[in-house]
Amino acid sequence: MLSVKYFASLREQLGCNSERVEFVAGETLAQLAGRLASLHTGSPSDLQHPTTRCAVNQQVVELTVVPFDGDEIAFFPPVTGG
Amino acid sequence: MPSKAIFVSVQAHNFCLNEQQQALFESCNANAEVGAAASFVGLVRAENNIMETGQSHSGELRALYIEHYPAMTELVLRRLCEEASEKWQLITCRVIHRVGTIPIGEQIVLVMVGAKHRAAAFAACEFIMDHLKTSAPFWKKAIFEHDEHWVAAKQTDQVKVEQWSE
Repeated sequence: MLSVKYFASLREQLGCNSERVEFVAGETLAQLAGRLASLHTGSPSDLQHPTTRCAVNQQVVELTVVPFDGDEIAFFPPVTGG
Repeated sequence: MPSKAIFVSVQAHNFCLNEQQQALFESCNANAEVGAAASFVGLVRAENNIMETGQSHSGELRALYIEHYPAMTELVLRRLCEEASEKWQLITCRVIHRVGTIPIGEQIVLVMVGAKHRAAAFAACEFIMDHLKTSAPFWKKAIFEHDEHWVAAKQTDQVKVEQWSE
């Protein structure tokens, strides 16, 4: 299983803070984003928007990365702190 | 640099600049090597043009709401402090970032460093702020009188941080 978290505008668009989804061996984060978007077809979101960022176990990574079973994945818009 | 000389806090409550400066000095055990302490404080300003061009809002800005990714935020802030400490041989370094609803005029963020000389202290403060704005997982929502909107990331912040790697 993967633990998936959403933040800020993405969290609001999907109406979901976090969820657990099946782990698919060899699936990239970009492919995972597509699968998650299809799970939320009723809630159009920026999940596959080019500016959306992704972190695996609290480290920002490229969408070409393939996560491991049990990883914590987070999708979020560009950060705006400070 | 001893680990206790780096202090990072993500908190809802406000902070007192004088108390933080006292804590900064105490964190290095009155280390006589500190010749320069520099600090930066970011505040919520009454800026109605906070939204991207063309995005409408209703009424005056009242506050900012700040969301964060709890497990990741402190890791990123601590890493930035460590990086700046190594680059400018800082003696002590602290960062506080508030979350939740922050009304206009209140403090949002503090970066405070102690170094041997002022050039290092000024540069380290700016380095930490520039990187915090583009890599620490915080998101601002502008709370207007009648509605609220997520604030978009600014291209100028990205340009500014990239100048550090030139």
